[in-house]
Amino acid sequence: MPQGRSPILELKEITKAFGGVEALRGVDFALYAGEIHGLVGENGAGKSTLMKIIAGVHPEFSGRFVLDGRETRFRSARDAHAAGVAMVHQELSVAPDLSVAENVFLGAQPTNRFGLVQWRKMAREAGEQLARFGIDVDPMTRLGDLPIGLQQLIEIARVLFSGARIIILDEPTSALSPPEVERLFATLRRLRDEGTGIVFISHFIEDILRISDTVTVFRNGRKVHETEAAATSKAALIEAMIGKGREALEETYAHDITLPPRGDRPVVLKADTLSLARSVQDVSFEVRAGEVLGIYGFMGCGQLELARVLFGKIKPDSGTMLIDGDRKAFGSTAAARRAGVAFVPESRRAMLFHQEPVYKNISISVLDRISALLLKPSRERTIAVRQVEQLQIRPAAVELDLGMLSGGNQQKVALAKWLSYPPRVLVLCEPTRGMDVGAKNDVIHIVRELSAKGLAIIVLSTEPETVLSLADRIIVMKRGAVVREFAGEVVSKDRLLEAA
Amino acid sequence: MATSEGATAAAHRGGQRGIAAILRSQMRNIAPFLTLILLSGFFAIASPSFATLDNLGNILTQVSVTGIIAVGLTFVILCAEIDLSIAAIANVTGIAVAYFTLQESYVNIANVPLPGWAAILLSLALCALLGLVNALGLTVIGIPSFIMTLAMMQIAAGISALLVRGQIAYKVPDLIVTLGSGSIGGIPWIVIVAAVMLLAGHLVLTYTRFGRYVYMVGGNREAAEYSGLNVNLILGSVMVISAVCSGIAGMLGVAHFGSAQQNEFDTYLLDSIAAVVVGGTSLFGGRGGIGNTIVGLFVLGVLNNGLDHVNIDSFLKILIRGLILLAALVINVYAQRLRARAAE
Repeated sequence: MPQGRSPILELKEITKAFGGVEALRGVDFALYAGEIHGLVGENGAGKSTLMKIIAGVHPEFSGRFVLDGRETRFRSARDAHAAGVAMVHQELSVAPDLSVAENVFLGAQPTNRFGLVQWRKMAREAGEQLARFGIDVDPMTRLGDLPIGLQQLIEIARVLFSGARIIILDEPTSALSPPEVERLFATLRRLRDEGTGIVFISHFIEDILRISDTVTVFRNGRKVHETEAAATSKAALIEAMIGKGREALEETYAHDITLPPRGDRPVVLKADTLSLARSVQDVSFEVRAGEVLGIYGFMGCGQLELARVLFGKIKPDSGTMLIDGDRKAFGSTAAARRAGVAFVPESRRAMLFHQEPVYKNISISVLDRISALLLKPSRERTIAVRQVEQLQIRPAAVELDLGMLSGGNQQKVALAKWLSYPPRVLVLCEPTRGMDVGAKNDVIHIVRELSAKGLAIIVLSTEPETVLSLADRIIVMKRGAVVREFAGEVVSKDRLLEAA
Repeated sequence: MATSEGATAAAHRGGQRGIAAILRSQMRNIAPFLTLILLSGFFAIASPSFATLDNLGNILTQVSVTGIIAVGLTFVILCAEIDLSIAAIANVTGIAVAYFTLQESYVNIANVPLPGWAAILLSLALCALLGLVNALGLTVIGIPSFIMTLAMMQIAAGISALLVRGQIAYKVPDLIVTLGSGSIGGIPWIVIVAAVMLLAGHLVLTYTRFGRYVYMVGGNREAAEYSGLNVNLILGSVMVISAVCSGIAGMLGVAHFGSAQQNEFDTYLLDSIAAVVVGGTSLFGGRGGIGNTIVGLFVLGVLNNGLDHVNIDSFLKILIRGLILLAALVINVYAQRLRARAAE
């Protein structure tokens, strides 16, 4: 970090809690003008929370916030914006129905003295700005008609050219192709040389090492390491992120795990060169009966899209799927269910009916097996009661509205709905995310039991622990493609991170 | 285990929330019923001719056509969709059944006389077909139901116009005449038909697998899809059901009014939507049912009928109906919010 200068932004002893859970604990952070500061850490380590404090999104926190040597408090993102702080959030936040030019100038369209938008001026300036960024599009095109990567670049461009003195980028490269990443980096370097302070968050540690001047590592809401980028390595950063051996209480899976040898049981599901726009590229794999296949990758690596292709929610652009050797092309999720595919999405909200009782949530996927025309509520309750007992769902009351259950128990209900008539293939997205240790272990136990019964199970997760604790075999996805397979060998968390 | 304790505690709190919370979560059912009682009480006191058996019969007859349309519309709104073509489809089906019936020579329509049963079946096929077009537009093409059925409203009105060309037809098949304007043992057939259809709708929604799917799709469409339900098939079905109910209402309505002509059913669009929503069925889907629709029908029926019994400016009547509808919508949205908060 540049010596002898005072930082433009300095945070001291920042602590932030969400409903009793501390997301940040006493964090110090400083950003200098003309510096690119890389942030790394696992999901939930506190990077995004800290950045949202800087960008005024979280106005409530304790600690000192010093901007240009003066103590400040932003009450809103608007305040931050006025003070020259701009942030590109992880989720795309563009207006797809507006033109490219309107998106570039969102909220700041040039107007004449009558308050009318100067369209020609806006289009010209937007075109010039994007051209500087190496993007050649007609500024009057509807943004939603462009590919996702380009939309993300345009959103980044909007922030980069907003004139902000402090720019925060949260996972900006997840949807970008390598040449696009190069263009972004070139622009970031130029802005840095012009004196902008830039914070760059990424899971891609190579990217962090290439672009940053300084790197800070977060773990469990604390800043654990700060170093010059030139003086560190990928392995050292990963070790700092995971905290090898230092926090014995945390189950880190930092130790090695030996995967069992590849089984010889029949292949249940075979995916052959599945592709979907920019998100999934030529993905092929097999899952055998009684096997748990883990698919690991960072946010935005295409695994969520892949899971939806397997369940018939999205049609792939090309590639084939075979179940028990029969070629399948699902026209709907109902077709996938009938073919024996079950799916639990990463969000429980998207899977469950919170205002309906537990038994209706469990029976919904098997109604057509237990009733032709008329419902059989007593049969539904019997099935539900059996599942509630087997999966130890608490409270064991099938008449209770689902919304009254805790998150972990809701997750069990999401599993239970598929188990009264076991499917051939079970696709689980983030099965243990946001659960406490007890519930996590319950789910791990359930998945293990199901696999022992001969189900073919696919677990997709952005958390290495989840995949390591469940999978017999692991494939790693990166930017839509399979980059590595671990089978019958020793694997550990840092090896997974290394591969991704 | 920590989670189970947490959940038990949550459930326990649920039990202790007491009567106020139960009332709050049931507000969507209680409010329309209270409205009905208050309105009935008010008119009974304000006018001696209101609370009579005769007048009850009047009210029942007056809400029958709306009631038949509202059966299908309840399915649609439970799925969080809307059907604006109900009145136009009722109209075109009523006109079609007259078009296929031999008219008196002074009715100047180039119509195609068929036997009564054929006229009825063809008319039913017509409304089912229009419903199917709605269904395909909504599910296959992905046009929002609001826009799709707005277009269908015009299409159906256009077919009506072409069939009658500004004329009025009077004859419909005998069966339709009986069901639309006849009565048995002093009870009008049209009231019986409406009651039977409302009952059938209730049974389908409550006791069949399809009915459960309707509620689940309305409650959380994404979850229904991730549970492997064929959401498009269910949405398509409710659009067809709605169109067929409207068609039946249209045929009986034509017999009830004694003539088939253009724009005859225009007021039924708002009345039917109002009946379903005033009754407390959620515009966001998944909550409510035929029971609510029946209460809504009576609220509207009592209001329309009662305003005729008290001495009131007939132009003011329209404003009052509008205000009552607004109040019901406010309660509808508010009830949804209360319930969502209770579920958190």
